[in-house]
Amino acid sequence: MSVAALSAVEVAYLGRGAALGPFDLTVGEGEIVALVGPSGCGKSTALRLLAGLEAPTRGEVRRAAGRGETAVVFQAPTLAPWLTAEANVALPLELAGEVRREARSRARAALARVGLAEAAAARPAQLSGGMAMRASLARALVTNPKLLLLDEPFAALDEITRRRLADDLLAIWAERRPAIVFVTHNVEEAVYVAGRVVVMSAGPGRLAGETKVDASAPRTAGFRATPVFRATAEAVSEQLASAMGTAA
Amino acid sequence: MSRILAPAVLIGAILIVWEAATRVLSVPVYLLPSPSAIAGALAANAGLLAVSAWRTLATAMEALAVAAVFAGALALTTSLSRTLDAAIRPIAVALQVTPVIAIAPLFVIWAGVDHPERAVIALAAIVAFFPIFSGTARGLAAADPDLERLFDLYGATPLQRLARLKLPSALPFIVEGAKVAAGLSIIGAVVAEFVAGSGGEQGLAWRILEASNHLETAKVFAAILVLALMAAVVQVFFQWLERRALVWWRGR
Repeated sequence: MSVAALSAVEVAYLGRGAALGPFDLTVGEGEIVALVGPSGCGKSTALRLLAGLEAPTRGEVRRAAGRGETAVVFQAPTLAPWLTAEANVALPLELAGEVRREARSRARAALARVGLAEAAAARPAQLSGGMAMRASLARALVTNPKLLLLDEPFAALDEITRRRLADDLLAIWAERRPAIVFVTHNVEEAVYVAGRVVVMSAGPGRLAGETKVDASAPRTAGFRATPVFRATAEAVSEQLASAMGTAA
Repeated sequence: MSRILAPAVLIGAILIVWEAATRVLSVPVYLLPSPSAIAGALAANAGLLAVSAWRTLATAMEALAVAAVFAGALALTTSLSRTLDAAIRPIAVALQVTPVIAIAPLFVIWAGVDHPERAVIALAAIVAFFPIFSGTARGLAAADPDLERLFDLYGATPLQRLARLKLPSALPFIVEGAKVAAGLSIIGAVVAEFVAGSGGEQGLAWRILEASNHLETAKVFAAILVLALMAAVVQVFFQWLERRALVWWRGR
């Protein structure tokens, strides 16, 4: 069963021309897919198609996830500065008509799940970059989505924080196994998090290669040092290099 | 420290030179009164000037409130559709660029001879209108596009989007517009009173006209001084209000 699928989708913007495709991608239930590609290849566009936030110019998007079952984490934490962390996380539930008390208590639980139980009353301006991103992740998880879409979520964070968040993401995935599509330009991060790494060519992005990561998930400690990890990362890097080469 | 000391020294120096020059050159008092003569006029007319200043301030704040209601409502309307925005904006801009003094006589006619104070409030409100309108309109369009997408994703209703996203996002812009409008409303109140008069509720503009007609130049200076002080206090108050509002909005 697939949660979402793009078949032969193309996206062209007025005045900017083709941004994506033709491109195919099928996301299976509980699968973690990483989308890697040079900047401007249409990774984020593909994500917005999967989210149903945008319609393709040509081709077809199939989504099994209904309203409230898809969640998106953007590159920036995208928290409302006037709301507390708790109110930010409760927002998806409150928009769906959930009573305030229930929404707030589920928001506190979601914050606790990402290690932010103490910060429920803090405003986004008082959170560090990593904490804000965790709050953003909690907001995405609060509805228990079937499909979780992440658009370069850790790009602005330092290496240690992004590694920690990658582990947290995998731990969260292990609990409820939502399908995850993860856009990144970091090959090692893609191989570490995903079960399948999809490489896109320079814009308008097409499929340039696909690699399965042959290892158990969640990852065991020291996975980055294993031969499997190194070999997979090398294979993906080569695909990416040739994908960028065709554009140059 | 030098932020207080430097202007104090400069003002002190100007006053000393001014005082000395008027005495040495024996400048006629109706032409340029000495600072001490102005201080005397200020003391002699303190009560009257205070009452007049209060009236001017009240007029300006009433005008600010009227402007806020109309500008807010109109900005909300223009935010609903591009067509409405395209239709309304040129009229709002035309109103902004027309000098208030040029349209004042019209308002005097419409308000009627018995109620010149209504014309003054309306004219000051027109002057204060534009910063609030443009600030609110800009703020309502300034929500984070990714937050907009999030509201799309969770199927927010138009009302939810307005109340939970657009209005809160607009708050800093609205407050900034109100701050600018507060200063303009005082200018508007004074200019309008010059043209329209003020009936029984005489403000500082009337004091200035009256004193200049009698060649009581020291009293003119005293009224201007009170006006400048009042405008400065209003400006500082609104700056403080803006800072408080931002702290409340952002949580720090």
